[in-house]
Amino acid sequence: MDADHLWQIVPTDEATDGFVAPFSAPIGNAVDSFSLAVIGSGGAGAMRVGEILLEVAAKAGFHGLMTRAMGPQIRGGEAAALLRIATTPVSSLDDHFDLLIALDWANFNRFAAELPLAPDSVVLADPAEGAVPETIVASGARICPVPFKHLAGTVKGGRTNMVGLGVAASLIGLPAALVASVLAAQLGRKGEAVLISSTAALTLGVEAAAGLPRPPRLAAADLDGAARWNISGNQATGLGALQGGVRFVAAYPITPATEVLEWLAPALEKTGGVLVQAEDELAAINMTIGASFAGTPALTATSGPGLALMVEALGLAVASETPLVVVDVMRGGPSTGIPTKSEQSDLNIALYGLHGDAPHLVLAPNTIIDCLRTTQWAVALAETLQVPAIVLSDQALGQSRAIVAPPDAEPTLAPRLTAPAGAADYHRYALTESGISPMAIPGTPGTAYVADGLEHDPRGAPSAQAGDHVAQLDKRARKLATFDYGDLWADIEGEGETAILVWGSATGPAREAAQRARERGLTVRLVSLRLLLPAQPARLAAALRGVGRVLVVEQSQGRQFHKFLRSYYDLPSEVAVLARPGPLPIRPAEILARLGVWE
Amino acid sequence: MNASAPLTAADFKSDLKPIWCPGCGDYSVLQALAKALAELGRPREDIALVSGIGCSSRLPAYTNVYGFHGVHGRALAVAAGLKLARPDLTVLAAGGDGDGLSIGGNHFLHACRRNVDMTYLLMDNQVYGMTKGQASPTTAPDWCESKLTPRGTGVSPVMPLHLALAAGVNFFARGFAGNPNELARLILAGIIHPGFSVIHVLSPCVTFRPEQREWKKAVHAADAEPASVPAEAFARFAADDGFTTGILFAGDRTPFMPSRGGTTSVATIAQGFAA
Repeated sequence: MDADHLWQIVPTDEATDGFVAPFSAPIGNAVDSFSLAVIGSGGAGAMRVGEILLEVAAKAGFHGLMTRAMGPQIRGGEAAALLRIATTPVSSLDDHFDLLIALDWANFNRFAAELPLAPDSVVLADPAEGAVPETIVASGARICPVPFKHLAGTVKGGRTNMVGLGVAASLIGLPAALVASVLAAQLGRKGEAVLISSTAALTLGVEAAAGLPRPPRLAAADLDGAARWNISGNQATGLGALQGGVRFVAAYPITPATEVLEWLAPALEKTGGVLVQAEDELAAINMTIGASFAGTPALTATSGPGLALMVEALGLAVASETPLVVVDVMRGGPSTGIPTKSEQSDLNIALYGLHGDAPHLVLAPNTIIDCLRTTQWAVALAETLQVPAIVLSDQALGQSRAIVAPPDAEPTLAPRLTAPAGAADYHRYALTESGISPMAIPGTPGTAYVADGLEHDPRGAPSAQAGDHVAQLDKRARKLATFDYGDLWADIEGEGETAILVWGSATGPAREAAQRARERGLTVRLVSLRLLLPAQPARLAAALRGVGRVLVVEQSQGRQFHKFLRSYYDLPSEVAVLARPGPLPIRPAEILARLGVWE
Repeated sequence: MNASAPLTAADFKSDLKPIWCPGCGDYSVLQALAKALAELGRPREDIALVSGIGCSSRLPAYTNVYGFHGVHGRALAVAAGLKLARPDLTVLAAGGDGDGLSIGGNHFLHACRRNVDMTYLLMDNQVYGMTKGQASPTTAPDWCESKLTPRGTGVSPVMPLHLALAAGVNFFARGFAGNPNELARLILAGIIHPGFSVIHVLSPCVTFRPEQREWKKAVHAADAEPASVPAEAFARFAADDGFTTGILFAGDRTPFMPSRGGTTSVATIAQGFAA
């Protein structure tokens, strides 16, 4: 038993609800951020522990996020819940975990690289589950035995993960009453007996925590009473679509995008929209085009392999000037790749995958909650500019959850420019100054036209004439190039001669690294691009004014982002690139170390 | 246009001169379609015609209804999305045997399964005309006139009726470009019949399949009322020669159309994320 522990088991009649009350005096300074991982085999329920902890933290007023690592099995695969709970908003996992709760060691080697530990980390493991893996021992972390299985066995129907939950909640310092209420809410559907046994197992865990070494204490939450959301990136994507006005979705499942579609299915039904399951991605994207042509903002979601199938139809949307949004929740590539892991390697296909000269939009959310705003913006831009927009999310954002403040309402763009009834001598593809020509909606009298992937004249009649081709190419380029995208195009933070250039999920760790650098006296500017196409050279030049050296950070072996930047932008003479592929997330310490080379 | 004057076929044609060869069966299909739409009596703005790629797929530009000329093989998908977003419109799709049964074969199968209320003009000339004379999925295996398959394909042809029946098609009619009046009747019947209606049109290619001028001797009217039960249809048409014309199958499956009418606000949905 660790003599440093300060937990006291409060006698039952003094405790709230019979649980141990939260802690008293701390050792040393409280920390603003606490990271823990819960791992176990399939059926052990590690993910459930993470979900409950995250919800409790949200209700207690903390910020935080949770990512997960899963085995490839459909059911019963090993799983790891990776959490970070903090007193201020966080957008990245930390460099190591303060606490690892191992319900068992099933297939631990699959997760080993995603569970970095430090000497002051605490590892709780069940002696009944065998030897502690070598990599854990080598980390120098403090390893303490907790008999999860034995404790669970003393309760009828007791489960090891509930014991683990009790231990974790106590060590973090989460209010017991909140844990009980979230437990009831999440397990209520499973019946009274399950709730009773879970609560009993939870209590055993809380009691067991009393005898354990204390990890760093989490500072009190800022109980500002402000609302908190608990949301995943894929859910935020779906909500962004709805808020943007999408009321038609064609769906074909693919990991890790399926959840976007499955969230949208009941949501669309409730809000008067429709979702249809398509037979393949080719059908999905073409159905989306049909619905949009018919006048309904439309969207589909897929991953890299699906986007590859959709590329021809995206060209059709460009040529026929049909608005739509495709969300690509990126995963490890190429080809089938690593479906359950994240990577930023679909940038190339999004930028360059359409044949012909086919200007279109490419956007990328850079945090879990930014999935909402960026998807909503993409819908609005697509509708205004009558063009397809590709939204590059990824598995790290999509399948992770965050505790966030509810987002502000977004300003809306002008809706789709449509043609009024009976517009005299209507030309669908008229050569307007902005390049945006009114789009007649079927059902409108007097403006019937044929939308076409063939090159066409302003009326829409097929044309192979040089003059028509040049005019229409110019129209489609002009409408994107001359549009004012405003300040959402990138997040620009901080000042300094050193800048980090980043996009998508690499932004979170970059932000954290920049913050730590500033705390050490290095001024760092961070520029995270949300709008990738069309490129914004004037805006980036302004953002990089005074910057003499740039660190490009990306999760791509082929340096796709760096090459894109070099194609479209002028960069300062001193450029370093931190580029590596998935499946492991980029950590703040890696970025900080690379910045440190310059100091 | 005088709202009370009856519509004629001319009211549904555009002024664009077709690119089809003189003598192409597709001229008759255009005429039959225009006649059917005139009979239907809906204003042209409430009608949408979707096509893919090929000679047949040029059809929308020669009408004056709303049209979408998409990419090869995908017309049925575009049309389904269109109809699901706008159930109020009359939706048709058109394309050839290559567009519909080769690259588009998967969508054809699933369109029959799904049974969205729309009408599909499958204009079959047993050749790829636009790309100048290759064998198509409905071409006989021993046709040796293609440079691509000079010894013939050696591949069994698709039988659209059987493929459609196996996929659960709800309405299947076969017409012949040489009988445009009957074809107009079949098209109208398909439009009116709820669900996915296939109008398989034998439409000769005068340029690459001149021997198809003999089709006029091969077609023969069905000698019974349409089958209405799949098992009966399978039995009756097991040995169909592919030239039986008329409404061959008319079922009563419910058209696919998800219910609408949800009135929850998005803000209410968003509240579900509150911790």
